[in-house]
Amino acid sequence: MGTMLTINDINVFYGAIHAIKGVSLEVNEGEIVTLIGANGAGKSTILRTISGLLKPKTGSIQFEGQEIAGMPAHEIVKTGISQVPEGRRIFAEMSVLENLELGAFTRKDKDGIKADMELVFERFPRLKERIGQLAGTLSGGEQQMLAMGRALMSRPRLLLLDEPSMGLAPLLIKEIFTIIQDINKTGTTVLLVEQNANMALSIAHRAYVLETGRITLSGDAKELAASDEVRKAYLGG
Amino acid sequence: MDFLHQFVQQLINGVSLGSIYALIALGYTMIYGIIKLINFAHGDIYMVGAYIGFFAITRAGLSIVPALLISMVVTGILGMIVERLAYKPLRHAPRISVLITAIGVSFFLEYASMYFVSPTPRTFPEVIPSVAFNVGPFIVNGQQMLIMGITLVLMLILTYIVQKTKLGKAMRAASFDVETAQLMGINADRVISFTFCIGSALAAAAGVLVGVYYNSIDPLMGIMPGLKAFVAAVLGGIGILPGAVAGGIILGVIEALVSGFISSTFRDAAAFAILILVLLFKPSGIFGKNTREKV
Ligand SMILES: Nc1ncnc2c1ncn2[C@@H]1O[C@H](COP(=O)(O)OP(=O)(O)OP(=O)(O)O)[C@@H](O)[C@H]1O
Ligand SMILES: [Mg+2]
Repeated sequence: MGTMLTINDINVFYGAIHAIKGVSLEVNEGEIVTLIGANGAGKSTILRTISGLLKPKTGSIQFEGQEIAGMPAHEIVKTGISQVPEGRRIFAEMSVLENLELGAFTRKDKDGIKADMELVFERFPRLKERIGQLAGTLSGGEQQMLAMGRALMSRPRLLLLDEPSMGLAPLLIKEIFTIIQDINKTGTTVLLVEQNANMALSIAHRAYVLETGRITLSGDAKELAASDEVRKAYLGG
Repeated sequence: MDFLHQFVQQLINGVSLGSIYALIALGYTMIYGIIKLINFAHGDIYMVGAYIGFFAITRAGLSIVPALLISMVVTGILGMIVERLAYKPLRHAPRISVLITAIGVSFFLEYASMYFVSPTPRTFPEVIPSVAFNVGPFIVNGQQMLIMGITLVLMLILTYIVQKTKLGKAMRAASFDVETAQLMGINADRVISFTFCIGSALAAAAGVLVGVYYNSIDPLMGIMPGLKAFVAAVLGGIGILPGAVAGGIILGVIEALVSGFISSTFRDAAAFAILILVLLFKPSGIFGKNTREKV
């Protein structure tokens, strides 16, 4: 089980705001790693930096041995990293099918795309029923499924998920987390950002805790879930 | 009966004039959709298109359709060059800087054209025989047929590109949400460049068709139609392609009716009165929606 993603001492700024301060983290092949932290801690900023939407001022990001910090976002997808962004960001004025097709934008293997679309429909049967529907008319849960299906269409080796539980009912959250575990078991490494620390720690192998741009704790997910610091700050007691 | 007759005749004139506005408005709205820029140089791109068509006919001796195609290709490339040199360096600049740059590009194209082709208006050669068709009691002349026919064909092609091709889907995705489009692996710079190319090519077609229709072109000919097409794009809902077409046709029809029944002096006033009314009562335009995705 080799290291897949290595982030080494990155600093990310929004203008003068120093959002990420010397963060290092690793994701090994086959893992689910979760990054938890309060509002504004910088979780999304880290994912957006990995995806290339933001450039770190200093530090390095290596994916499967290749330096990707500073590469344009549309090139990073091709290396095998895909993101489900915060708030889903589906293309509301396009159909479910078109959203999924866009997920496969970098691919040319027509048969492979078709097969992967079938897999997405197996995983999310509700999307198949709504294939021609405009994505903006889907329910919140269906939109989350679409965003995940769309990200899977690039056949990523590393899937970045930014708060997939946001705004969903508890039952649906459970369903989504089961699907994340399932995606992981079928060979996709997952880096999961969550505010719902309870759920995230229950499915993750390892975890990092982020506070105002710095990693303050890291380790085995079960151990962190049991630790006093994490329980007080993130698990409500 | 006489009133009705004149009304329908003005409708025909209005639709052909409106087709021209629609072609220009499409470029406005596509470019606005993708980089949120009101490209004030768009009317001048249309003027350059008219001149390229003019020289293709007079110097190279081409007939109208090849001249139109050449003008579209060359002007499309010009649009890409303008974007690359003037707007791309300002991708992360405040919007007002880009807007001011667009005004600069507009002046540059107008006065560079004056320098190279002289400010004197040119008489556009007669490229199609002046015939008139009688459709029942109404008259449609050859130029109008040409304008409406070519506009229709170009719109069908554009619809196909935007709806069915991969690049068209990338365009729609990037117009909706450029960051997420990049997460899909879409190269936003390429899509923007392509959008300028298509928008400029459509404007060039409008320029050549206007040359055919009014027989006269000059380096400042783009100012008024540019503004009118902007009104059309706002009327239809800026950023919405069918809106640009509808806005263009509606504007053309209103202008024709105003010139036919009131006086052609009020034509331009009517167009800008529409702009004011739309901005007052429905700023999102006829096709504009206020709702977006659920969160
Ligand atoms: N576009 C931006 N411009 C300026 N500051 C920003 C921008 N985006 C985020 N920030 C700031 O960077 C910090 C980290 O934000 P980020 O969105 O990464 O937090 P987060 O951990 O994802 O929070 P949440 O759980 O609310 O999604 C915050 O202080 C935020 O205000
Ligand atoms: Mg966030």
